[in-house]
Amino acid sequence: MSTQVTLAVALRVLRQLRHDPRTIALALGVPCMLMLILQQLFGRSSPVFQQVGTPLLGLFPFVTMFLVTSITMLRERTSGTLERLMTTPLHKVDLLAGYGIAFALLAVVQVILVSALAFGLLGLEVAGPKWLVVALAVANAVLGSTLGLFVSAFAQTEFQAVQFMPAVVFPQILLCGLFVAREEMADWLRVISAFLPLTYAYDALARTADDRLDARFAFDVAVVCASIVLAVALGAATLRRRTE
Amino acid sequence: MTAPAIRIDDLRVVRGGALVLPGLSCEVAAGSVTGLLGPSGSGKSTLMRAIVGVQKVAGGSVAVLGHPAGSAALRTRVGYMTQAPSVYGDLTVRENLVFFGGVLGQPKETVERVLTDVALHEHGTRVVSSLSGGERARVSLAAALLGEPSLLVLDEPTVGLDPVLRRDLWELFHRLALQSATLLVSSHVMDEADRCDALLLLREGRLLAQATPSELRARTGERDLDAAFLRLVESGA
Ligand SMILES: Nc1ncnc2c1ncn2[C@@H]1O[C@H](COP(=O)(O)OP(=O)(O)OP(=O)(O)O)[C@@H](O)[C@H]1O
Ligand SMILES: [Mg+2]
Repeated sequence: MSTQVTLAVALRVLRQLRHDPRTIALALGVPCMLMLILQQLFGRSSPVFQQVGTPLLGLFPFVTMFLVTSITMLRERTSGTLERLMTTPLHKVDLLAGYGIAFALLAVVQVILVSALAFGLLGLEVAGPKWLVVALAVANAVLGSTLGLFVSAFAQTEFQAVQFMPAVVFPQILLCGLFVAREEMADWLRVISAFLPLTYAYDALARTADDRLDARFAFDVAVVCASIVLAVALGAATLRRRTE
Repeated sequence: MTAPAIRIDDLRVVRGGALVLPGLSCEVAAGSVTGLLGPSGSGKSTLMRAIVGVQKVAGGSVAVLGHPAGSAALRTRVGYMTQAPSVYGDLTVRENLVFFGGVLGQPKETVERVLTDVALHEHGTRVVSSLSGGERARVSLAAALLGEPSLLVLDEPTVGLDPVLRRDLWELFHRLALQSATLLVSSHVMDEADRCDALLLLREGRLLAQATPSELRARTGERDLDAAFLRLVESGA
């Protein structure tokens, strides 16, 4: 592993983004728009907006970065640039870390914007520290990015890659506890949700919103971090120097 | 005689369930410009992928500069240009080369040198997706030249280029060979075969001939390399 190569990858991904201002505008604008709709829909002081707002804010970057990374990585695989890189000293971890850094930076901007809007203008309240919401959101972005990179190995086309978003992300959002508390779920759904990383990401955000930073919160954060490590390992396993 | 730059022994490759290379053995002399020729689908790209170590192989051995193909020691010493341009379409020419140069630990000056080598200096700030096919291919070639590699594996580097550019690039290839690099260049075009020091002729994954252009003429009794190649392909059927 080399920091120089990792930074070269991160810089390159950021440059690719810079040439695509529409993607940046969408990545930054859509969460703000959805947050505004949510507030207008339920009303500023409604318990629904207050309850759902913070977790949603923290989960947006997961969805965005999952999509953006899986498409970028798929292009890398199909355009032959990955094949070229595999003949160079670039280590798999350099590539993964470079992607992670670039998309985490994008996520930082995204989260700061939507937080400023939600906490500043829309009246969203959190009992816990606001910086923790931002930090958790960025961790979710890295998780989304690494998972997106992993699933891109199973897509041959961009159509397929886009379909992985609802397939991998929606079930996690449905089962994470946001819509139905996990205690009220059918047993088999609760068992499944225990194996999904977003369940812990959601729980950590919900606890931050209520300022319940207890042992369970620490466990949630640990599971999210472990999921990132696992996704990196899975992603690295799909990056083969030799292919058919 | 110095040791060959590439030594291939009984290489077998299976792709899509078919035996694409059913046991190929050959050598590429160090410091030579060797042409790899053969009909479409004969296995040229597959052989090149095996040499740069990105192709899964079913058997046999490939030694490059004294190391097994694809080993870590070779990754700064082998330059590879894929058949389809493998550069980022959404970056400028220079951004592409700065990136690949950064991966190889090359200083920025190298980027300017290779841009001149492939006659793209005026296009440094153009986004690659806005370039013509031939220009894009040259960006891909430039990226392969970045690390001053000891071995250059170029898959159809001159396809779609005009005669002047083709001549210039072949002069570049020979200049690099004089500076002790070894070049393996695949091509469809027989007049390019004449510019090579040695030729490997492939047909259906088998080595039809390994010869210099003049040996090929002598063996087939044809003046024209195109005709010589056709004669070999047909007599080998
Ligand atoms: N990704 C792949 N999966 C399965 N089979 C493949 C794949 N790529 C190539 N082949 C098959 O392997 C054989 C050799 O292909 P290869 O690309 O090496 O030929 P080539 O000599 O480079 O042809 P061309 O001159 O058209 O580039 C062909 O029969 C081809 O159909
Ligand atoms: Mg080919």
